[in-house]
Amino acid sequence: MSSYTPSSSAGGVGSADSAAPRRNSKRPKYSKFTQQELPACKPILTPRWVISAFMLVSIVFIPIGVVSLLASRDVVEIIDRYETECVPQNFRNNRVSFIQSDANKTCTRRLTVTKHMKQPIYVYYQLDNFYQNHRRYVKSRSDSQLRDNSSWNDVSSCKPEDDSNGLPIVPCGLIAWSLFNDTYNFSLNNQQLAVNKREISWKSDRDHKFGNDVLPRNFQNGTLKGGKSLDPTVPLSQQEDLIVWMRTAALPTFRKLYGKIERDLQPNEVIHVTLENNYNTYSFNGKKKLVLSTTSWLGGKNDFLGIAYLTIGGLCFFLALSFTVVYLVKPRRLGDPSYLSWNRNPGGH
Amino acid sequence: MDSESVEDFYSVGSALSSSSRRSNFSIQSKASVRNSIREASFGGLGSKSVRYGSHGAHSETYSISMSQKEIDDEDARLVHINDPVLTNERFEFSGNSIRTGKYSILTFLPRNLFEQFHRVAYIYFLVIAVLNQLPQLAVFGRGVSILPLAFVLLVTAVKDVYEDHRRHRSDRIENNRLASVLVNDQFQQKKWKNIQVGEIIKIYANETIPCDMVLLSTSDPTGVAYVQTINLDGESNLKTRYAKQETLIKIPEKDKLTGLIKCEKPNRNIYGFQANMEVDGKRLSLGPSNIVLRGCELKNTAWAVGVAVYAGRETKAMLNSSGAPSKRSRLETHMNLEIIFLSLFLIALCTVVSVCAAVWLRSHRDELDYLPFYRRKNFSKEGEEENYNYSGWGLEICFTFLMSVIVFQVMIPISLYISMELVRVGQAYLMILDTQMYDESSNSRFQCRALNINEDLGQIKYVFSDKTGTLTANKMEFQCASIWGVDYSSGKSNSLDQKDGYFVKVDGKVLRPKMKAKTDPELLQLSRNRKETEEGSHVHDFFLALAACNTIVPLIIDTPDPTVKLIDYQGESPDEQALVYAAASYGFMLIERTSGHIMIDVQGERQRFNVLGLHEFDSDRKRMSVILGFSDKSVKVFVKGADTSMFSVADRSMNINVIRTTEAHLYSYSSLGLRTLVVGMRELSTSEFKEWHSAFEIASTALMGRASLLLKVASNIENNLCILGTSGIEDKLQQGVPEAIESLRTAGIKVWVLTGDKQETAISIGNSSKLLTSKMTQIVINRKSKDSCRKSLEDGIIMSKKLTTISGITNDTGRMSGAGLTPVALIIDGTSLVYILDSELEESLFQLASNCSVVLCCRVAPLQKAGIVALVKKRTADMTLAIGDGANDVSMIQMADVGVGISGQEGRQAVMASDFAMGQFRFLVPLLLVHGHWNYQRMGYMILYNFYRNAVFVLVLFWYVLFTCFTLTTAITEWSSVLYSIIYTSLPTIVVGILDKDLSRRTLLKYPQLYGTGQRHECYNKKLFWITMIDTFWQSAVAFFIPLIAYWGSTIDASSIGDLWTLAVVILVNLHLAMDVVRWNWLTHAAIWGSIIATLICVIVIDSLSFLVGYWAIFEIAKTGLFWLCLLAIIVAALIPRFVAKFLYQLYVPSDVQIAREIEKFRTQTESIAVGREMNSLLDTPRR
Repeated sequence: MSSYTPSSSAGGVGSADSAAPRRNSKRPKYSKFTQQELPACKPILTPRWVISAFMLVSIVFIPIGVVSLLASRDVVEIIDRYETECVPQNFRNNRVSFIQSDANKTCTRRLTVTKHMKQPIYVYYQLDNFYQNHRRYVKSRSDSQLRDNSSWNDVSSCKPEDDSNGLPIVPCGLIAWSLFNDTYNFSLNNQQLAVNKREISWKSDRDHKFGNDVLPRNFQNGTLKGGKSLDPTVPLSQQEDLIVWMRTAALPTFRKLYGKIERDLQPNEVIHVTLENNYNTYSFNGKKKLVLSTTSWLGGKNDFLGIAYLTIGGLCFFLALSFTVVYLVKPRRLGDPSYLSWNRNPGGH
Repeated sequence: MDSESVEDFYSVGSALSSSSRRSNFSIQSKASVRNSIREASFGGLGSKSVRYGSHGAHSETYSISMSQKEIDDEDARLVHINDPVLTNERFEFSGNSIRTGKYSILTFLPRNLFEQFHRVAYIYFLVIAVLNQLPQLAVFGRGVSILPLAFVLLVTAVKDVYEDHRRHRSDRIENNRLASVLVNDQFQQKKWKNIQVGEIIKIYANETIPCDMVLLSTSDPTGVAYVQTINLDGESNLKTRYAKQETLIKIPEKDKLTGLIKCEKPNRNIYGFQANMEVDGKRLSLGPSNIVLRGCELKNTAWAVGVAVYAGRETKAMLNSSGAPSKRSRLETHMNLEIIFLSLFLIALCTVVSVCAAVWLRSHRDELDYLPFYRRKNFSKEGEEENYNYSGWGLEICFTFLMSVIVFQVMIPISLYISMELVRVGQAYLMILDTQMYDESSNSRFQCRALNINEDLGQIKYVFSDKTGTLTANKMEFQCASIWGVDYSSGKSNSLDQKDGYFVKVDGKVLRPKMKAKTDPELLQLSRNRKETEEGSHVHDFFLALAACNTIVPLIIDTPDPTVKLIDYQGESPDEQALVYAAASYGFMLIERTSGHIMIDVQGERQRFNVLGLHEFDSDRKRMSVILGFSDKSVKVFVKGADTSMFSVADRSMNINVIRTTEAHLYSYSSLGLRTLVVGMRELSTSEFKEWHSAFEIASTALMGRASLLLKVASNIENNLCILGTSGIEDKLQQGVPEAIESLRTAGIKVWVLTGDKQETAISIGNSSKLLTSKMTQIVINRKSKDSCRKSLEDGIIMSKKLTTISGITNDTGRMSGAGLTPVALIIDGTSLVYILDSELEESLFQLASNCSVVLCCRVAPLQKAGIVALVKKRTADMTLAIGDGANDVSMIQMADVGVGISGQEGRQAVMASDFAMGQFRFLVPLLLVHGHWNYQRMGYMILYNFYRNAVFVLVLFWYVLFTCFTLTTAITEWSSVLYSIIYTSLPTIVVGILDKDLSRRTLLKYPQLYGTGQRHECYNKKLFWITMIDTFWQSAVAFFIPLIAYWGSTIDASSIGDLWTLAVVILVNLHLAMDVVRWNWLTHAAIWGSIIATLICVIVIDSLSFLVGYWAIFEIAKTGLFWLCLLAIIVAALIPRFVAKFLYQLYVPSDVQIAREIEKFRTQTESIAVGREMNSLLDTPRR
């Protein structure tokens, strides 16, 4: 058979060949996305834009700085550091043995109100050099045990304070074990100054994190007593000191809320504090402070943020000014093709 | 036909071109000194190209010789014809079902995991995760620590499943196709997957061949079958395959056909096959022309019967379906260096932590037992006091170190590798879908075969281009001829006179060639005069030679008009096609070709010639010949070939004048850029013919050394030729090539053209493609010894230096400064390169070449192409790109940093070896200048940003560790630290990496110089890395210390301040990105703002889980004003330095990109019209 004979098959092939490309063209479909032509805004840092941005920042930041500085200044704080003073003279050189002994640890402090303090006045204790964020420490707790009575023996994460005398501890773990146990009693003019110790913790913690059916068990029964004991008849959700304590502090210097004094204090009023100095911070040279403080919208007394805002605002103002000057002295026409590198040195240097 | 053989055919020195093939086939050629030099240098390359095989007409000659080598029984596979049971008895040959899918349901998990863990990054993840499982080191919870690893594994696995599913589906379709198989002496339909080796299969026209089979018989009485191999190698022309005469006569259904085929083990060489077949006691040798391969289609043949020899995954098609080659991007290599810096930094951080921890432990060693927050002693067991979780000082430090590695693990941006992969996929997707890189004529899109070097496209400094098929269209057109010393090129084309060209009438039907060729009226007249004059007889012989001396197969095609049929010439070489069409236009129409005879319609009279012998083209002889028996019993041999090889065998005594004038015409043709072929003939006497015939018989049935015997036979007959004349074929430039070269040159890219053509042709193509301009000084080096090469090089260097320093510009910055500079072009030929490459002269060649703006290498062999690329690659850090379309470009494409294949006329080998493939040379401009620039800028920024992003986070963690007794506590919840690189910050960088554009396509094409950004490494370099790191340091410090001081000594708890840090860092990092985004489209907005919102949602969700420590913390802290003020202060203070630096830099040290961006923004209205015009001239793609 010769290929010359016009066979139908050969013809068919030829026509298919010529027609095929037309039918199924592989031309990509046009769309703005695939051609990378999506409508877009292309901001450019023009001097005007940059200068106004800096002006805007300084206009916003300086007032904020002033306001926060004022707010911080408005806060009245009384801080009393007592860890040394509350150790009797003869024990000063061996404070650890004092704190571990059974001696009377009551101590009286006098606080003078310097400025008018508006209620509520928050009572804090402040610890220094206490690493509540230490890895061993923060891990040593059992959230399920705290929340739910049925998992009272879920203490695996609580080591080395998981059980004592063969029984699980509730609440277990180092955090609970080391619960702060100094107590403060305030009196003003020989009258008891009421300290409200309710609602000092987060409501969310009371409602969801600490069960109202979880009672302390076998707590502080071990060889080494770490801190405060808990009333075994009161459920954890009402043990607010524990709840506050267990929200571990982020930083080694921290305050914890002790309670609230719900009355104003006048300048020069003298508050007598009868405190029991039970908590052992001496073994690690930790400081203990009692703090009475009012509060502002910004929280406690802290000048830093105000100063930071003023600095940033001032810097931006300065930058805006200097850019303006620089730009006026040495402007550059934007988008001038003669600045392009290959246009800059025509014919050589 | 690939350009290798085309170019070889024309010009390349025989010794030069054979070496690539020598590596494929074990032929011992006469190793000249030159050969041995090059062999030593490119030995490695040669072995590489084995994969791609050789190709073209010549391969057959060689492989025949292979088949003569005795196949060892050990290496052989025995196939019993029509006896699959016996065939498969001893060896389990693979069945014909294929499985391209990698996995089955059962093997998926282990196999996929195994493959994924091949990446170092994943191993790092795994080691960290395993470390974390040790109770001593458990920094993160079990689940959390595995999450990042699980996430990337899952993403990759899902991708793999999807791909595999598609493969499985196509496998299923493929396996269930039907073919007729001989079972119990009759053909039955059988599914492909059930076909076994040894079975006899019958294929009908237009069917696909199910497995590799040896042809037994075909519908053609001479045993010819035509196959289309487009699926295999992309060549659309038909190939001829032959059945052996001995099996041809048998009818499988009736004659019990038995026999034994002994063939080589399955291999991937699609152009080689060697086997012996024993039928009826006779031993026949089989070569590649006797086998049809899976994936081919049977065309133009009613049926063909064959025996399956390779099936399923052992077929050559399957063995060849390999993935894309893998190269590593330059940017990534640099990046890996910076990653080492980061690792050192990580180690430094960990060391700081562990040393501090050691000091702390040491100084508190007496207190540790009772410290409330440490308490080494465990009292829970009665009586005994033991240490809890304390393994001694040294070990604790060791643990601290390992734990800090776990905590700071994201310092090594593992997520970067994954994001980079995603970004590259996105970039590739957009490149593929670019309508401006779609080629209408071949209906092909841009192809991205390598996915990991997108950004290299933006840094190319050298482009090495093939000529044929790359710069030129490889569409040959017959232009002119010189016959018997007369040049017939002056006449104008007079296609108007004869609108339809030449045609013949057969049985009342009009038969005309599919394409017309330019005709010269004078020559046309002469050709019609038959043999009446001497002139006329030479013309007659000349065209007869053109029509007969080739391997073209004519095909008859129906047209809509039933009375008109077109004749289409299918062949492997476009040159031959052009010549046959030309002959047809002059009235010598090839109508039929079988293995035994050809039918030529000579001026309306049909003549039949017996083909007595055919010596196919090979690159040693560089000519082919056909021996025709005329009806008057005379025998003539017609030869055509490259000028050098033809003149060496010409009979100079007979017609010396003709030879001289022909040589002169040859020279003028090639300086016009035409490809030339010389045609000669000789009449054979009966004795001569007999002598040849017997020698040929012996040679073609020889068992040993058949190729060399055939070569000898051919050389014996091809001598004392009477030179008839020469033909000039124009190789048309591709569309838009001059403009593209202009653009590339302006962009500071050096274009080197490497071609197999001869010097004059190469220069003329150089001129027409604007590669060479009249302003240029040309330095030509074509020497024949090493010393003269050295001298030319030295002279060249002096000259080029003089020329480039006169104008006072040294070209060291790589910037093109057009005016005043006399550009120098270097033209060097392959022979000189033999002496230069791989000797001490390389250095001077490189020196000279780098002074030149254009380098043109002509007459270079494929491996020399790679050698030149290697020369440049070795000596500079600049990026190289090779572009080509033929098999001869494969080694060059693989050698260059970026290989681009043109998917055009020639085979698919260049495309298969390439990293990117496209339809036209001019697409190189949008590819490099636009996509390359974008990709580079995007990727460079993305890497820096990812370094910054992870380091900021790690540093914030690190600062905090300093305030926790160095115990690796994190205020930021473990979930947040894991989600940080997965959810909080990953998407924006990917979106920006895919979509951000620093400049529009228009601007980039208008100012090609902007491409210099990538060449100068402006978007990613050491300086930027260190600046970024300093900025990182500042930003992390601000983010950490503002809250620290603001909350010092307050009631803040760890979770709350951790949330503040989380949000601050995430917002900071995203705004940092936002500050650097150039183009804000809705996707960018969505990604950046969406990420911040997603983070907020995640933090809220995490803080709403009451079993976690940080329950409700975000709500408590968000109630306070301090939180918001801190956040605001952090963001502003952290970003000010970067913002100021960026602004000042942009205003007073503006980069070109910056100015172009301003031009784009502020001057678009005035210039848009001009730009538009330019655009249209450069890219004449119809825009929708």
